[in-house]
Amino acid sequence: MENESSIDLQGLACPVPLPHTKQVVMGHGSGGRMTHDLIQKVFLPHFSNPSLLAGNDAAALNFQAVTGTSPNEIETRKIPQIAVSTDSHVVWPLFFPGGDIGRLAVCGTVNDVAMLGATPLYLTAAFILEEGLPMETLEQVVHSMGMAAEEAGVHLIAGDTKVVQRGKADGLYINTAGIGIIPAGIMIGGARATPGDVVILSGPVGDHGIAVLSARGELGFEAEIISDISPLNHLVKSMLAVSGEDASPIHTLRDPTRGGLATTLNEIARQSQVNILIYEEKIPVRPAVRAACEMLGFDPLYVANEGKLVAIVSPQAAEATLDVMRRTHYGEEAVIIGEVREATAGRVLMKTAIGGTRIVDILAGEMLPRIC
Amino acid sequence: MKYTLEYRDARLVSNVIARINKLVEEYDRPLVLMEICGGQTHAIMRYGIDQLLPSQIELVHGPGCPVCVTSLELVDKALAIASIPGVIFTSYGDMLRVPGSGQDLNTVRAQGGDVRVVYSPLDAVKIAQQNPDKQVVFFGIGFETTAPANAMSILQAKALGLTNYSMLVSHVRVPPAIRAILSSPNNRVQGFLAAGHVCTVMGYWEYPPIADKFGVPIVVTGFEPLDLVQGILMATQQIVQGKHNVENAYARVVTFDGNKPAQSVISQVFMDCDRKWRGIGMIPASGWCLRPEFSIFDAEARFSVEQIQPEESPLCIAGLILQGTQKPPDCPAFGSYCTPENPLGATMVSSEGACSAYYRYTGRSVVNEPVTVS
Repeated sequence: MENESSIDLQGLACPVPLPHTKQVVMGHGSGGRMTHDLIQKVFLPHFSNPSLLAGNDAAALNFQAVTGTSPNEIETRKIPQIAVSTDSHVVWPLFFPGGDIGRLAVCGTVNDVAMLGATPLYLTAAFILEEGLPMETLEQVVHSMGMAAEEAGVHLIAGDTKVVQRGKADGLYINTAGIGIIPAGIMIGGARATPGDVVILSGPVGDHGIAVLSARGELGFEAEIISDISPLNHLVKSMLAVSGEDASPIHTLRDPTRGGLATTLNEIARQSQVNILIYEEKIPVRPAVRAACEMLGFDPLYVANEGKLVAIVSPQAAEATLDVMRRTHYGEEAVIIGEVREATAGRVLMKTAIGGTRIVDILAGEMLPRIC
Repeated sequence: MKYTLEYRDARLVSNVIARINKLVEEYDRPLVLMEICGGQTHAIMRYGIDQLLPSQIELVHGPGCPVCVTSLELVDKALAIASIPGVIFTSYGDMLRVPGSGQDLNTVRAQGGDVRVVYSPLDAVKIAQQNPDKQVVFFGIGFETTAPANAMSILQAKALGLTNYSMLVSHVRVPPAIRAILSSPNNRVQGFLAAGHVCTVMGYWEYPPIADKFGVPIVVTGFEPLDLVQGILMATQQIVQGKHNVENAYARVVTFDGNKPAQSVISQVFMDCDRKWRGIGMIPASGWCLRPEFSIFDAEARFSVEQIQPEESPLCIAGLILQGTQKPPDCPAFGSYCTPENPLGATMVSSEGACSAYYRYTGRSVVNEPVTVS
């Protein structure tokens, strides 16, 4: 038996903090708090302007100086506006169950534009190709982009191609930018969530992230999980047709991509200075995704989606919006998952399945699998 | 997922809570229980189990997070080895963000080190097979749970005749840690929830002498809400009745003897050794290291790495938290200087660490502003 009296308990034992301000690390691309810090500390000081500071998935633009519109008309969105967004796609592997980098490049940007209530019209695409990439692979990706663009009803109107030396890129990267029109009268943004509003989720979460992990062979088991990549602009368009007491009853739309549902809801809560309360038992997760998350120690709330949206809707219009969503292909599994509460803290709270309450925080760095 | 969701049934959980309430009403004194395992700490915070318990019961969070207790010296050695050109350093994901003295493995990777996350040490052996011209090192951390797979990787590497695989071993064991906590003059813990996963491998034959010697009940407990409240109920019952037995609340998985083949693989490869625990200090015979016949797979022997003196943050109280004498919100740095993306201590880094559990699930100012929803 050990001699217990010899144990000398130590007390304080911690190393100095590592802020990761000297170098970019993978966590800076997670979409969570490290990404936010990067934007705040590195980008915004150089690019600050009202459109960017609005902090939405796309920028809403007006051309006041050119058109002679009065600021008041712009404020109340009496005239149509232009929505612009851009997104780079570096997913690996290039092909995975349910999609590929091409479909992702189109849908990702189409969805960002649509999240302002805009009708996406045009895309640009820039390709960075690695020397040695099989032409057949490129053709497959481009074919897939064409199919996705057709489904979304957008035209690819400008492009660029660069080739880099072997080893300087991982096969193929695609950047796309999208342009759309926000119809007059539509006011959708991350800062518009209002106490009493209802939170609607368009379907189960976590499919995309787990499908990509599975395609990388990182699950260690076979799982039939298919990415949810899809263009959501038609779904958004049908939602906009719902009328409510206020002229634009859909207050916020956002697609929970990197960082997952948890990070997206936190962004909205902070921008709108409200609390968002969600109910664990109401959040849909497919059994295979839940099982994969259980085994790896992931929380499905933080896993990426590419074909889901969160809508914050005025309570009077909630049922009608849900009804309309469920009649569309990409919204047929839509559910109400929570509500907006008055607060200044800007937090996301969750009633757990067994009746406790906990905070749902933003993703900190990279999502890492657990040990045991 | 079947056989898991049943253990999250709100009605069953509240039945057990009602029984706990009844017990402590009659007892009328405070009760301090420690859950050993960080996975249990997270489940407690994630489901808000602590909020459902009567205020008389205090749960303190034990040192059962392998990431948190891996000594700073070993983390520094890992960083030094991972920085050597020609080395592929493989690790469970959590260790990448644990700060050593001035760096973490993420930094090493950003500076060009070949650091890879693996899900199993057997993946590291595969990497070694595929890269005969590289040295592949696995960071072998963990409690008794990860030991069988880690030991198996050594046996596999030996069978394959691999000369380019080695392990930086930092294994720790639960029973010596429980003894250390109970031997401390400041100990407040009256009962333990033993870690279900550890006991799945080891059984619970090591615990009766501890329960006897220190007069505390020990209940082998699982990880789902119903498992946890059942473990708490059984430990409470024993304290109320003045008993100190070892009981098993996780019988669907754990047996008294444990997994014998796994134990045999462990004892084939590893032997007891003294181990320094971050935040607790040296605990005699509390770790496992490689047996002499496997010393060729010892990364510490294969790579001569200089030891760096660790720099401590005077603010962080991770040590006291790991011993269960303080709670994360008691720390002046909690939620302000110390956050998951800017961690002062390993308890904030690890997905099983107590500080990270508090931060993620209860918010940073948990003491001043309890989370309630009407």
